[in-house]
Amino acid sequence: MPKKTKSMSLNFGPQHPAAHGVLRLILELDGEVVEKADPHIGLLHRGTEKLIEQKTYTQALPYFDRLDYVAPMNQEHAFALAAEKLLKIDVPIRAKYIRVIFCEIGRILSHILNVTTQALDVGALTPSLWGFEERETLMTFYERASGSRLHANYFRTGGVHQDIPMKLIEDIEKFCRSFPKIIDDLEGLLTDNRIFKQRNVEIGIVTKQEALDHSFSGVMLRGSGVPWDLRRSQPYEIYKDLDFKIPVGKNGDCYDRYLCRIEEMRESVKIILQCIERIPKGPVKSIDGKISPPNRDDLKQSMEALIHHFKLFTEGYRVPKGDVYSAVEAPKGEFGVYLISDGTNKPYRCKIRAPGFSHLQAMDYLIRGHMLADVPAVLGSLDIVFGEVDR
Amino acid sequence: MLEILKKIERLVNSELTTKIQKSTIENEELLIQIEEKDLIEVVQFIKLNENCKFRQLIDIAGVDYPEDEKRFHLVYLFLSHEKNIRLKLLIKFQIEQSIVSLTKIFPSANWMEREVFDMYGIKFKNHPDLRRILTDYGFKGHPLRKDFPLTGFNEVRYSEKEKKVIYEPVKLEQNYRNFDFESPWEGTSYIKEVKRSEKNAKKN
Repeated sequence: MPKKTKSMSLNFGPQHPAAHGVLRLILELDGEVVEKADPHIGLLHRGTEKLIEQKTYTQALPYFDRLDYVAPMNQEHAFALAAEKLLKIDVPIRAKYIRVIFCEIGRILSHILNVTTQALDVGALTPSLWGFEERETLMTFYERASGSRLHANYFRTGGVHQDIPMKLIEDIEKFCRSFPKIIDDLEGLLTDNRIFKQRNVEIGIVTKQEALDHSFSGVMLRGSGVPWDLRRSQPYEIYKDLDFKIPVGKNGDCYDRYLCRIEEMRESVKIILQCIERIPKGPVKSIDGKISPPNRDDLKQSMEALIHHFKLFTEGYRVPKGDVYSAVEAPKGEFGVYLISDGTNKPYRCKIRAPGFSHLQAMDYLIRGHMLADVPAVLGSLDIVFGEVDR
Repeated sequence: MLEILKKIERLVNSELTTKIQKSTIENEELLIQIEEKDLIEVVQFIKLNENCKFRQLIDIAGVDYPEDEKRFHLVYLFLSHEKNIRLKLLIKFQIEQSIVSLTKIFPSANWMEREVFDMYGIKFKNHPDLRRILTDYGFKGHPLRKDFPLTGFNEVRYSEKEKKVIYEPVKLEQNYRNFDFESPWEGTSYIKEVKRSEKNAKKN
């Protein structure tokens, strides 16, 4: 006579170290096999989109740091691009280089965090200790450019806030020369590690078609063998002049996604080195006085500069009527901003497209039929950060 | 880029003639406005047609225009990997209307529609699981509507007396102040006009 089984429901999170933030998962288990997963999100919802509607364009920018807080400048970039597209202004070439350098630093920051915490979730402690030391170095670069380690608020519509000193560029270069060795060390710990492979190979497989249907982007899409990277296919800034490869996975499992991230870090290092080699001198923000604030020296001398300064920091600049969608390849995937302007100094609507939102949505289908112990492994390889999922 | 967009615009207009209300290309982006009842058909077409292949739904954005008769707008953002282009699909409708769900065509529409429902109170027909997603359990109201105040209605705190988290009406020391800095007399066009008139004066 067959035994009667009863499924058990298990509450995973919201305070669980492997949940990568405040995720509450309601799991239905048959023994140790997951039958259904229902993610409850929104525990970190701060109403970013509503707040942005009340702020001028300059004031809205810092909210983007607080979305995916492990790679802040990549988000700022999407918003700056959207506003620039509406205003139809050009960014000086030096600013473009600085933006790309810091976006790639953001990518390394995010990938280190993801790779090492994924390892932590499946039982390896050392990678996170080694990786976080590098993240600390990278965050000092953020600090030296913008004044803060995490919430940079560095990009501006029409450029970046301040120029970076020569010494900083040299130090970034020094870091880029030494960092590949660290990646090798991390790979030495993980790539051929038996336990790591047992926990990740053939776990959470996504096929090409499913990746498209579920609106996957970034590594989640590339891990399944779709060669799609916005830096290559819809290039923005100076990416079309740079030489870099796009790593693509084969099986679409957690292990392939891990390999993709490792390779992407190497490519990012290459991109930064190319930028450092080519970076020209010149202004770092738009010279249009109606959009970017005047030099501090001019404030003491020029009446017009004083007026511009006053108007920019009270009224802000007005953005022509219209709607645009602009997307960047953030470390986690396609991060987009859909901006509607009604011609005033505040956005009428700013919809933020966070890659993690669609990735987490697929959790239910990814985890079905897997063991309970695979939940943290799959969750780790999705690269979820709740700041952006909940907005 | 622009060429392909124009081609797609022509194609959609010739194939779906009456269903397309308006189509524009602005800022190198194609926007197509349709009736909300034709949504499924149009989406099916752009997804399956050989020359479009918009196989990825990127996002659904709700917009609220409280003064308009058709108060809500929904903008569907699509991406075609094959053609490397994007498309925006716009529908406008009244407050009490419900919209057909796209979950059958794009599984990823599930959470996106839940979010729109949560934020705007727009209902979707045939949605498998239309619950709130981002707001709190038992939340009332739809925060992204323009008539929802920024400070909200309720605040949460831990009560030492009751030993649990409780909800109270919002009490602020100072109300949220929305300063209007917009000057009515100045805009960038003003200066351009002056320059233009100066030029004309010189010519004359």
